[in-house]
Amino acid sequence: MQRTRRTVISTIAAGLIAGTLAMPISASALTLGFAQVGAESEWRTANTGSIKDAAKAAGITLKFSDAQQKQENQIKAIRSFIAQKVDVIAFAPVVTTGWDTVLAEAKKAKIPVVLTDRSIETKDPSLYVTMIGSDFTEEGRNAAKWLLQNYKGQGDVNIVELQGTVGSAPAIERKKGFEEVIKSEPRFKITRSQTGDFTRAKGKEVMEAFLKTDKNIQVLFAHNDDMAIGAIQAIEAAGIKPGKDIIIVSIDAVKGAFEAMMAGKLNVSVECNPLLGPQLMEIVKDVKAGKQLPKRINTKEGIFPMETAAKEFPSRKY
Amino acid sequence: MKATLLRLTRSHLFWPCVTLVLLCLVNVHFNPGFFDIEIKDGHLYGSVIDILNRAAPLMLIAMGMTLVIATRGIDISVGATVAIAGAVAASLIGGSLVIKEGVQTYVSNTPMPLAFAAALAVALLCGLWNGLLVAGAGMQPIVATLILMVAGRGVAQLITEGQIVTVYYEPFFFIGNGFIFGIPVSLYIVAAVLGILLLLTQRTALGLFIESVGINPVASRFSGISARALVFWVYAFCSVTAGIAALIITSNVKSADANNAGLLLELDAILAVALGGTSLSGGRFYLIGTLVGALIIQTLTYAIYSLGVPPEINMVVKAIVVFGVCIIQSPALRDLLLKHALRSGGPA
Repeated sequence: MQRTRRTVISTIAAGLIAGTLAMPISASALTLGFAQVGAESEWRTANTGSIKDAAKAAGITLKFSDAQQKQENQIKAIRSFIAQKVDVIAFAPVVTTGWDTVLAEAKKAKIPVVLTDRSIETKDPSLYVTMIGSDFTEEGRNAAKWLLQNYKGQGDVNIVELQGTVGSAPAIERKKGFEEVIKSEPRFKITRSQTGDFTRAKGKEVMEAFLKTDKNIQVLFAHNDDMAIGAIQAIEAAGIKPGKDIIIVSIDAVKGAFEAMMAGKLNVSVECNPLLGPQLMEIVKDVKAGKQLPKRINTKEGIFPMETAAKEFPSRKY
Repeated sequence: MKATLLRLTRSHLFWPCVTLVLLCLVNVHFNPGFFDIEIKDGHLYGSVIDILNRAAPLMLIAMGMTLVIATRGIDISVGATVAIAGAVAASLIGGSLVIKEGVQTYVSNTPMPLAFAAALAVALLCGLWNGLLVAGAGMQPIVATLILMVAGRGVAQLITEGQIVTVYYEPFFFIGNGFIFGIPVSLYIVAAVLGILLLLTQRTALGLFIESVGINPVASRFSGISARALVFWVYAFCSVTAGIAALIITSNVKSADANNAGLLLELDAILAVALGGTSLSGGRFYLIGTLVGALIIQTLTYAIYSLGVPPEINMVVKAIVVFGVCIIQSPALRDLLLKHALRSGGPA
């Protein structure tokens, strides 16, 4: 019941960009305004849950806004946080560019800004205090390294790529990291690449089209698990065995990916840890206490091949 | 011979079909196996089948939209309705995979027919709301349906509690992934809805009533047509088609995504209606034209995937083609070109 009510409130907040969650425990409690991307995947859902729980545990008042994957909503949310004079603003940028104006407004209002899990492009790095999150380029590299070490077949390896949302940091950096590593082995080539918007439906639709146009696909590299799960459905419908006939490498390591790995349909998922709530709350307190922070703080992440899935599954939180 | 050809080009279906054929040719050029259809696991398998199957939800909604547009209206809330109905269906069915001594069985939370009925009822409710605002309160259709368009995704998120709801109930997957006699189930649904609509609009006076309301609502009312009731039920019907589409979409990806299911589908539906030759100012409507319009959109999307268009410029390519199609279908421009061709003495 409690949970349902919280979701009700947070959803209304998405529309009205207001709505307070956990009550402050003491009068001097900090207020954090957090503008979330949306709920595009299981990963994001876990990320939201971690931030909400950690805020409550740390006694920080959280003003939460859901941008439904639109930059303009996120900018509106940040403006409303400034108007409400929150202590710290944190947000996961939908896209990398176009933040200078609104962040300058926050700076003028002397509200420190923390970026979570996605970076931005700006000429003025003083617009934000620090960025906590995964190193997407490293995730891309890890995915490629696993592939180079574990691919058993001979001859040319044609890789098809399902990219994330066009222009988003994870899509750009995962692609960059992956390409960087496979360059060292000329027989590994990306032959097709298209966006699947990080969603199952698009991942499936694009993979269907790939399979019809191209009979020569050895590897699928998906920028997130949800697209891989959608693509697996398309591969099965084509009468091909995912995980065997086509090796599937994906990123995020969400629950759905572990289920697919246990069924032998997904070969490896490189973790992208969404449970950064507690780390974020520490940062909020440090920022407010005036401590000096590094510009970039990384979350801890692992690599989960198919063989370890069954063992790891029970301890997965997302 | 010339007369038949001229009559053919005058048909409202001519230019949409030409466009579709052109798009197919583009596809064949880049993917020689485009028209290949094989039988895999006892069902038809190939690009054309994919396009038909993928276009099914759009075709359903676009048919509902055609009727709405014929009454001079518009419904921009269908995408949100898809999200709501999909969320209802997935949340009710939910389901889980139970493995007992190596035997897999699927258990649903609510009986599937009940969940379907609930999803369609909720979609109908959305339509009744729209109809009430447009026909009852006399609001402008675009404003009236804007309300649900904005609020709908929020409602859908309330239902799914902000999560993506994954369904683990095998029988549910049939409607979006299954085949009957080798043909996707979704196409039977489209055919059924089309059949009912053609029967109602061509064998009864309903089609005439809808067109007359679209051409002149006041005159229609004076001639005894209850224009308000008609408009009200047309919106209700449009939302029900969105509800059916939601079942197909949700079943196809085995999950309900309140944020992304049916996103921008309303625009595709309106485009399909326009490509099919129905004027957005109401009156005459062409259901078959709308279906061709929906197929044009899906074939174009498919072409973009198989052409290897860089994702960054997907939308630009789409926009250019849509622009071209609209230009081809503009009678004013065609007349202009024809006159020009005649004057320069070349073959027309």
